[in-house]
Amino acid sequence: MAVNTDKNSYTILFAIAMVVVVGSLLAFTASSLKPNIDENKRMEKQQNILYAMGINGNEGSGDITFVSTDVVADEFSSNISEQLVLEYKDGKIINQYTRQEFMDSTDEDKGIEPYLIDIKKQQTRAKEGKSRYLPLFVGQQDGKIVYVAPIRGKGLWDAIWGFVALDKDMIVKGTFFDHAGETPGLGANIKQRYFMDDFYGEELLTDAGVFKGISVAKGNNDPKNEIKDDYEVDALAGATITGDGVSAMIKKDLKLYLPFFQNLKTKTN
Amino acid sequence: MGLLSKKDAKLITDPLTDNNPITIQVLGICSALAITAELKASLVMGIAVLFVLGIGNVVISLMRNIIPSKIRIIVQLIVVASLVIIVDQVLKAFAFELSKTLSVFIGLIITNCIIMGRFEAFALGNGPWKSFLDGIGNALGYAVILIIVGFFRELLGSGTLFGIPVLGDPIEKTGVYSIGYENNGFMLMPPMALIIVGLIIWVQRSRNKDLIED
Repeated sequence: MAVNTDKNSYTILFAIAMVVVVGSLLAFTASSLKPNIDENKRMEKQQNILYAMGINGNEGSGDITFVSTDVVADEFSSNISEQLVLEYKDGKIINQYTRQEFMDSTDEDKGIEPYLIDIKKQQTRAKEGKSRYLPLFVGQQDGKIVYVAPIRGKGLWDAIWGFVALDKDMIVKGTFFDHAGETPGLGANIKQRYFMDDFYGEELLTDAGVFKGISVAKGNNDPKNEIKDDYEVDALAGATITGDGVSAMIKKDLKLYLPFFQNLKTKTN
Repeated sequence: MGLLSKKDAKLITDPLTDNNPITIQVLGICSALAITAELKASLVMGIAVLFVLGIGNVVISLMRNIIPSKIRIIVQLIVVASLVIIVDQVLKAFAFELSKTLSVFIGLIITNCIIMGRFEAFALGNGPWKSFLDGIGNALGYAVILIIVGFFRELLGSGTLFGIPVLGDPIEKTGVYSIGYENNGFMLMPPMALIIVGLIIWVQRSRNKDLIED
């Protein structure tokens, strides 16, 4: 080789060239694949919402199975009768939009399909003292109306999120949890069916209507999860922080919907 | 082996036994602790490292004469990081389900010291073909240990293999649980991986005394 690779000028030139080459390569890959990735993410969100409602391809007791991507758009539009958006500020719901009203609006952070509302962005909005848009998907399960609400929080390494289906008394009718980077075999097991299924039938409210949430608890002496009004589900071994994160996001995010369900109750009584 | 010369074949077989990346070179311990609580994760990680190390070693080997030695570590890091990111993006676009399974491993691969270790120790001084074989060999050696550790941790910790119960139902008390056997939850904790790796090292060194250092 004729080049002296030890020279400072060569080192700097090499570094600059490498940054340019690698940078443009990554930028090119990312931007050319973006439409495909966005479409995949959109379908995934629909699959997740439907999964929480109990519309999925599960068979027996194996892994979780979503409705297939070919039919997810049809299933979503036929099973979700309405996508509501609640505008929440300081413990109150100050406004309620239908899907059409929300999509037609040209205000900041509005004008999109409610299911595409970015929960992380909404949490930032709340921190900045602005109102927060809470999507709520209305569908049916066994002939009764269920409401699916998104939740988002922190696990051990990264974000965790999910969807919870609730009936009018805030009893859990299905859940879906996912994570960005929890430890495989430990925290990542929140995405396993046996963990999600434990939540079915759990109550969020006391008989007096006080919001209790559901804790992922160690040693709740109920491994088969037969007691449904203890506000606890059995924890995952070796995943304490992830489990605490699940408890926290259920408590924090579902509580925001409490005024909506209280309202529902006074309306029907 | 007609395809490989004896020397080349050694590049693949050595890391499986007497020059194993985990038990002898002591590389890649961190991921061996982190993801071996179940067999499936061990296997996926093994395959992922096989791809990245095989290709990465070839790329570094091709660049070995033009990489300035002063910044070679950064160059290696950039090569492995961009490789992994590009693969991740392509999977996200065309095999979304698979990418969901692999997403947690992405960070672990980039920071896996086996990869940097082999770039530095082998690919910088050898040709592409040899480097490729070395990459494959070391990744296989790594995968073998991961699978052994994963097998014992999942079996003793959860009573399952690949998520399928093999010892009966711990709640209904069937199978071996009916005679009082309990899952050892401690096996799911990372320190137990270290103890299993220690046991493997013990067995290996007692069979081959040459490996014992003074």
